[in-house]
Amino acid sequence: MPPNESDTVRRLVEDMKDRPGPLIEILHSVQAALGYVPPDAVPILAEALNLSRAEVHGVVTFYHFFRDTPPGRHTVSLCRAEACQSMGADELAEHAKGRLGVDFHETTKDGTFSLEPVFCLGNCACSPAAMIDGRLYGRLTPDRFDALITERQSKTSGPKQ
Amino acid sequence: MSAATVYVPRDASALSIGAGEVATAIAKESSARGIELKLVRNGSRGAFWLEPLVEVVVQTQRIAYGPVTVADVPSLFAADFLNGGAHPLCLGPTDAIPWFATQQRLTFARVGIVDPASVADYVAHGGYQGLRRALSMAPEAIVQGVLDSGLRGRGGAAFPTGIKWKTVLEQKTQQKYITCNADEGDSGTFSDRMLMEGDPLCLVEGMTIAGLAVGATQGYIYLRAEYPHAYRALNTAIAAAYQARYLGSDVLGSGKRFDLEVRLGAGAYVCGEETSMLESLEGKRGEVRVRPPLPAIKGLFGQPTIVNNVMTFASVPIILHQGAEFYKNFGMGRSRGTLPLQLAGNIKRGGLVERAFGVSLRELLYDYGGGSATGRPIRAVQVGGPLGAYIPASQFDVLIDYEALTNIGALLGHGGIVVFDDTVDMARMARYAMEFCAVESCGKCTPCRIGSTRGVEVIDRIVGGVESERNLQLLESLCETMLQGSLCGLGGMTPFPVQSAIKYFREDFRARTPPLKQAG
Repeated sequence: MPPNESDTVRRLVEDMKDRPGPLIEILHSVQAALGYVPPDAVPILAEALNLSRAEVHGVVTFYHFFRDTPPGRHTVSLCRAEACQSMGADELAEHAKGRLGVDFHETTKDGTFSLEPVFCLGNCACSPAAMIDGRLYGRLTPDRFDALITERQSKTSGPKQ
Repeated sequence: MSAATVYVPRDASALSIGAGEVATAIAKESSARGIELKLVRNGSRGAFWLEPLVEVVVQTQRIAYGPVTVADVPSLFAADFLNGGAHPLCLGPTDAIPWFATQQRLTFARVGIVDPASVADYVAHGGYQGLRRALSMAPEAIVQGVLDSGLRGRGGAAFPTGIKWKTVLEQKTQQKYITCNADEGDSGTFSDRMLMEGDPLCLVEGMTIAGLAVGATQGYIYLRAEYPHAYRALNTAIAAAYQARYLGSDVLGSGKRFDLEVRLGAGAYVCGEETSMLESLEGKRGEVRVRPPLPAIKGLFGQPTIVNNVMTFASVPIILHQGAEFYKNFGMGRSRGTLPLQLAGNIKRGGLVERAFGVSLRELLYDYGGGSATGRPIRAVQVGGPLGAYIPASQFDVLIDYEALTNIGALLGHGGIVVFDDTVDMARMARYAMEFCAVESCGKCTPCRIGSTRGVEVIDRIVGGVESERNLQLLESLCETMLQGSLCGLGGMTPFPVQSAIKYFREDFRARTPPLKQAG
C-alpha cells in the first residue's frame, strides 16, 4: 500500500473510531476514498480499534461489497436475482461477459471495467437491471448494454490516470 | 399567472429508464422558450409501466403524461402540456387512472405526491399529525394504539408490532434503541426503497413515534448499500427534520430527544435477518444470533431494541393520526390494514399496488398487472422473495393474507410478487435458490452453509441424468434437513422454493442437455 493510502486509512480511522460500532462505517469510507480496502489496511484498523487482525479480516471478507483489489475505472454490477432472470438476465450476463471479455469478479486487462454480480437493485419492475458506477439502469437489452459500455470507453480512452 | 409546477420523479427506478434526462430536457426546453416553471423531483407514483411519468398541476389537479422520452419533450411544450393540453401521451388526471383509482394507499399516501426533501410539503399533506398526537399521549397509550391497530411486522415475519413494542417499553434500562431494517434484499421487492426515496419523512416520523412509545432516544436505519438513491434521500430528509426540530434534543419543544442516523450495509442478504442486522450495526460480521434473548430484551449493544421493517414504521404515523380503529377496518382475518404489494419481473404493468389484505393474487396479476410482459401465459409466480414458494397458476385465486398463503404452503413475506412466463425452467430456479443460499449463508449453521452447496450439486445430477429419481429423493431429504436444522430463515426457508418447484413443476426435473449454468 503506497504511503498516501496508509495515511488516508489512518486519518479515516482516527476521525471515526469513537462512533458506536464503527468498523463497517470506516471500511465504507476507506473504500469510498481508495476504491478498495487494501489488505495492508487491516492491521492499521485492528490496532486503532483494539481488535484482532482476524476480526477485521473476518468483517472485510464477510461482506460482498468490500473488495481487496483496486476496481476498474468503471464498475458494472449486473443483477442476477429472480425478477431480472424472468426478463432475460442470464442471457444479458452471458452477453456482458462476452462483450467485456471477463467473468464476474474480474477486471478487464486495460483496467477499464470490473464486472460484478449483484443480488437485487430494487428495480424489479424494470428488469433486467444493472448499476454502473452508482447509476441505475433498467429494461436493459444487449444493444443498450453495448451502448453504455461504448459511451464509457470513449470517455476513458487515452492513458490511464 | 404563477409559474407552472411540473413533477418529474427522482425515484431510482424512474431514473433507470430515463426520468433524469427527461427532467433536464424539460428544464432546457422551458428556458429556451422563455417559460418559467417550477420543477419538483418527486418520488414515483409506482406505475413503472408509465414511467417516466410527468405530471403538471392544472388548477388543483395533477394531469399525467407518460411514458415520456426526451424526444417527446418539444411536442409536449407545443401541445401546451403545462396547461393540460391534449397530446398522445396524455393520461388525464393521475388520480383517475384506474390502476391508481382502485388502490387503497395509506402507507403510500404521499409517495409520488410530495417533494421528499421538504418538511413543509410533508406537513401540508398530513405529515407529522401522528407525532403531534403521540406527543400528547402516555407511552403506554401509544403502544396500545399500535397493538389495537392489528399491525403486524411488514418485513415478512408478521409478528404483532404492538407486542414487540410493549416488551421494549417494559424493560427498565437507561438506553434503548429503535432500529429500522431497510435491508430490502428480496428480489421483487422495492416498496421500502420507493418510500425512502419518495416520502422519507414518513419513516422518520414512524421511528420518532416508536422512540417516544418505548423511551428510546437513538434510532438507526440499516440501509442496504445497493440503494444509493435512498441513502441520499434519507440523509436529506433527516437533515431537514433536524433543521425543523422534528428530530434532536427537543422534539417539537416537548423536551424529548430522538436522534436518527443511517448506517449502510455492505451487500449481505442475511443481514435482513434481525439479529444478523444488529451484529452488522455493531460493525461485526453479520452472523445470526441465537434467540433467546430476543432483541426486544437484549438487542443492539446489548440493550432493549425495536427492530421493525420500513413498511412497519411507515404504517405507524397514520395509525396514530387516524386511530387504530380506522386502520384495523381494512384487511381480513388476522391480517389488518393494507399491504404495499410489488408486481415485478415478467409483468406487463409492473409497480406498486397498495391494497387492503384480502385482494386475490389473480386480481393483482391480471387486473393490475395485465398478464406477462412477454404476452405468454404466466406459469409461476414467486411471492415473498427468494425464500418464498413458487405458486402455480392453479392457485392464483389465493387471497393476499398471511394465513391464506401459509395454508397453501407459501408465504407473503414482504409482498414482492415475481412473475415468470411459460419459458421458465423450474429446475433452474430451484438450483438458483440453493446457489443463492450458498453465496449468502453467514456460515453459522451447517445445513445452510454446506447443505446449499450440496443442493446445487444434487440438482445438477438430477438434470444431468445421474440417477435422477434417487437424487430427487435425496434433494427432498436435504430440504428437510435444512428446514429443521437452521437458526434463521435463510437456511430454514431456502427449501420452500425448491420443494414447491418439485411439487408443482416436477416435469422440469429431468435429464437434459446442456446442463444448467451458474448465476454468478
